[in-house]
Amino acid sequence: MVRSRLSFSPDDRVNAFLTTCPEPEYGTGSLEGLTIAIKDNISTKGIRTTAGSRILEGYIPPYDAHVVTLLIAEGAAIAGKTNMDEFGMGTTTENSGYGPTFNPLDKGRVPGGSSGGSAAAIAGGMVRMALGSDTGGSIRCPAAFCGIVGLKPTYGRVSRYGLIAYANSLEQIGPMARTVNETSRLMQVIAGHDPKDSTSVDLPYCHTPDKNIQGRRIGVPEEFFGAGVDPAVAAKVWEAIEELEKKGAEIVTCRMPGMAFALAAYYVTCTSEASSNLARFDGVRYGPAVDTKKSWHDAFQERRGKSFGKEVRRRIMLGTFALSSGYYGKYYAKAQAARQQVKNDFTRLYKDVDVLAGPTMPTIAFRLGEKADPLSMYLSDILTVPANLAGVPAISVPCGTVGGMPVGLQIMGRPFEDEVVIDTAYAYEQAVV
Amino acid sequence: MSMENMSGGTMAESRSEQSQGHISRSAGSPPPPEADETIIGLEVHCQLDTVTKLFCACSTDYRSDGPNTHTCPVCLGLPGALPAINKKAVEFALRVAKALNCEVLFESVFSRKNYFYPDLDKAFQISQYDKPLAVGGYLVIEGEEGEKRVRITRVHMEEDPGRLVHKGGADRARYSLVDYNRAGIPLIEIVTEPDMRSPKEARRFLNKLRATLEYLSVFDSEKEGSLRVDANISLQPEGWFDREKKSYKGRNRVEVKNISSYKGVEKALTFEITRQRNVIRKGQPIEQATRHFVETQGITTASRSKEEEQDYRYFPEPDLCPLRVSSWVERIDLPELPDARRARFIGQYGCSPNHARTLTGDLKLADFYEKVAAQADPVLSATWVADTLIGELNYRDMGIGSVTPSHMIELVTLVKSKVLTDRNAIEVLRTILDGILQKQPAGTPSQVVARLDLGATDSGIIPAAIADVIREQPQAVADYDSGKKEAFMFLIGQVMKKTKGKADPAELNTMLRKALHGRVQ
Amino acid sequence: MVSERDVEHIAGLADIGLIKEELDDFTVQFNRILDYFDILDTVEGDCGYEQDRYNVLREDVIRPSLLQEEALKNAGETEDGFFKAPKVM
Repeated sequence: MVRSRLSFSPDDRVNAFLTTCPEPEYGTGSLEGLTIAIKDNISTKGIRTTAGSRILEGYIPPYDAHVVTLLIAEGAAIAGKTNMDEFGMGTTTENSGYGPTFNPLDKGRVPGGSSGGSAAAIAGGMVRMALGSDTGGSIRCPAAFCGIVGLKPTYGRVSRYGLIAYANSLEQIGPMARTVNETSRLMQVIAGHDPKDSTSVDLPYCHTPDKNIQGRRIGVPEEFFGAGVDPAVAAKVWEAIEELEKKGAEIVTCRMPGMAFALAAYYVTCTSEASSNLARFDGVRYGPAVDTKKSWHDAFQERRGKSFGKEVRRRIMLGTFALSSGYYGKYYAKAQAARQQVKNDFTRLYKDVDVLAGPTMPTIAFRLGEKADPLSMYLSDILTVPANLAGVPAISVPCGTVGGMPVGLQIMGRPFEDEVVIDTAYAYEQAVV
Repeated sequence: MSMENMSGGTMAESRSEQSQGHISRSAGSPPPPEADETIIGLEVHCQLDTVTKLFCACSTDYRSDGPNTHTCPVCLGLPGALPAINKKAVEFALRVAKALNCEVLFESVFSRKNYFYPDLDKAFQISQYDKPLAVGGYLVIEGEEGEKRVRITRVHMEEDPGRLVHKGGADRARYSLVDYNRAGIPLIEIVTEPDMRSPKEARRFLNKLRATLEYLSVFDSEKEGSLRVDANISLQPEGWFDREKKSYKGRNRVEVKNISSYKGVEKALTFEITRQRNVIRKGQPIEQATRHFVETQGITTASRSKEEEQDYRYFPEPDLCPLRVSSWVERIDLPELPDARRARFIGQYGCSPNHARTLTGDLKLADFYEKVAAQADPVLSATWVADTLIGELNYRDMGIGSVTPSHMIELVTLVKSKVLTDRNAIEVLRTILDGILQKQPAGTPSQVVARLDLGATDSGIIPAAIADVIREQPQAVADYDSGKKEAFMFLIGQVMKKTKGKADPAELNTMLRKALHGRVQ
Repeated sequence: MVSERDVEHIAGLADIGLIKEELDDFTVQFNRILDYFDILDTVEGDCGYEQDRYNVLREDVIRPSLLQEEALKNAGETEDGFFKAPKVM
């Protein structure tokens, strides 16, 4: 294969990148010569990969994530690795072990998270496309806050091999770009079966966005416009939904009762899985060296105490508690039951409607430091976590601004109908261009 | 608590033995600890003999290679790597489940067992917990009182952790060295009910299990560390355990971990019985505990408390899908297993039940025997293989694989045709085995016979030798006449010496007796 | 309601290295979050999350392993091809 090099030196004033590749190689293919940024929790052979954590400082993976192999095979140039909340644990990118990323549209505000670096790199004009990962909204939230497009694919549609796990049963790697078209183009490269990921399905994505949505039934759950949703944001999103109606869609309001416990189910599940996933960072095989003169438990506690940020340690403890003997039934097991009910809500609604629509985030981008209290930050994920719990595809597409800051319209579809979600977002995007 | 009081009673008892009747025994007080019943259950971990690891495509053939040469992102626990289940390992485990008469569950699930240890690459072990592969089987063993079923509680799959090495020994080393070559080797864990009543039964169970697994072609017992056993053991008043069913309310049980050899199991349990008896005799309670077997010293030692307080926080492994393989079991054709083969050896070859059991207790031995029996007298072959050959091999710490069947066929044929006496045949066998051991092949049995001049000769030389001996040993002859039996044996020995052992002992016996009596008359 | 002692116990279980100064904050936040999680008590039934896929298996075929030097490259300390780790005391 013919390989060429290009030069990449972004003017990164928002701390979007943790690592840049000044002279990335590229080849031929559908992404020939396109600079693509990759979230730092996606393994890149020979390129430092830290997942935004000090505990992986200096780690250089000996292997590429499956999606990275696919990007390179299609000629993409890997521009660098983007900043993120440590291991994906956050909604603002303030929880990075390497300092926050700022929103390119207002440097006093956060870019959203956890894929804040990827969103900021696109919104700041440094790259055209990026990969993010979405565990409870981590692609859609920064897409909404930075005014770009981000898709969380159906669970299983994109291989997770090489994605540093935060909450395995919830997360997906997904495409982020300025437009729906480009998002779709990136999705086409990264989707498909990978035998190395047992949860991956054999369903390639070969699709060109189609803006004709005549007769499509769009459900609008009342709960997506409930307490906590900024009325100005709600109004913008309603305008967008009405725009879709003008293009021939049918709007149906509906109820999603599982929303009452969706957030709790989400946080119990993700912290439980995280408490197990993050136990491997012991400084023996990778990461800053552990002190081998100490005893195992002392050295291990010291390494984790020093190198994990507060939010990570908080979530590890929550998850440890939720799985511990005597509490498993009350927390973890109940969360799985709740999760199934949320999924049942979607299944029921999708008998009547083709997609569901609502705001991506309850508000516009927060000011830096605004969400200092953990619970209030968790609560801002309420509209994005249902799609992760149910494993359905969901996209955020920009739908205007409030006070100069972008608002995201979220569209969720039936499992494995990522194409329908893309088309609906495309129809809206094309209508307002 | 009441049992602790009962232990106190046993202390009183042992005192009463010394001062007859001073302390009266209350009615219903338990018998002394020697009369207690030993209750043993086992957890056996066996490496499945697949080509690749359980969750990644690294080769399992690591034993002759350097450390960390058989690893990949998955078995090193690198960030982002994902497990993928080896189908062959599942098939092997199902064979075991079927052979152990287990019920394979409709759905089984891999779970994470979370704990921190330097040999555990991901800080959790992928194992099976509340939904194991199979439950409720049994294995028939030869118990202390005839055939006995040892019930199998469950059979599940899990991955082996890495290996820790301590330079200068575990006590002296100040840090651990870790080799992840072993990490991810497929293991099957077989858990029994507490159905064994002696260390010997436990060993027999293991031997039978090993044979069964080898017959299934899923296990290679000769690979170092391929089998590890945890045993739990308690001493209960006789009959109490069966009455109370599966409960340890009587005296606590102790779990002995880290037993890695077949002989070790018997040793560890025997040691533990003595230890527990001593504790009971002193009137102290048995604490529920985990102890480690120290193979080199043959003892068990108390392990540190941190390990006992483990809360493994099991939950389903989200990176793997459940197994639904119960329907595969019907399609499995089990090979002939040890019991069936034993019955066939008795029927087809006329082996004695004991010989048949010995020969079929090891797959390679059984195969070896069948090759010999196909071309030499089967009954004589059984004796020579099961009794003589095994004894000589064990003495030299050699395996059956080091001998070729053709040598044994020839040897048995020479004995059968009376070319060799039993005594000289053993001599030939020893010469051959020593040759193999010293890497200086001694040749075929016929060659050895010729070289050492061990062939039985014409019985014509025997009368001459007898005549010579009678003439040369008047004192011994006189002793014989006066009824001293040892004198006869002495004279036999002298004749043997003259004939270089080639005389058939039975024949010589008759001839010498005749000669002595003929002389007197 | 979890106490500071409970939080310390969990920190021990998680081997997380919680320092004394953080204990107050963590306990308060923990209780607020757990209070929020109490909504799960209203969920009826215990049937877990359904997995719709099963028997995802791979063939028993060897693929190349990493070279020893690749495997050890990111390690803090190594010795004779081994990773060096603190000892469990």
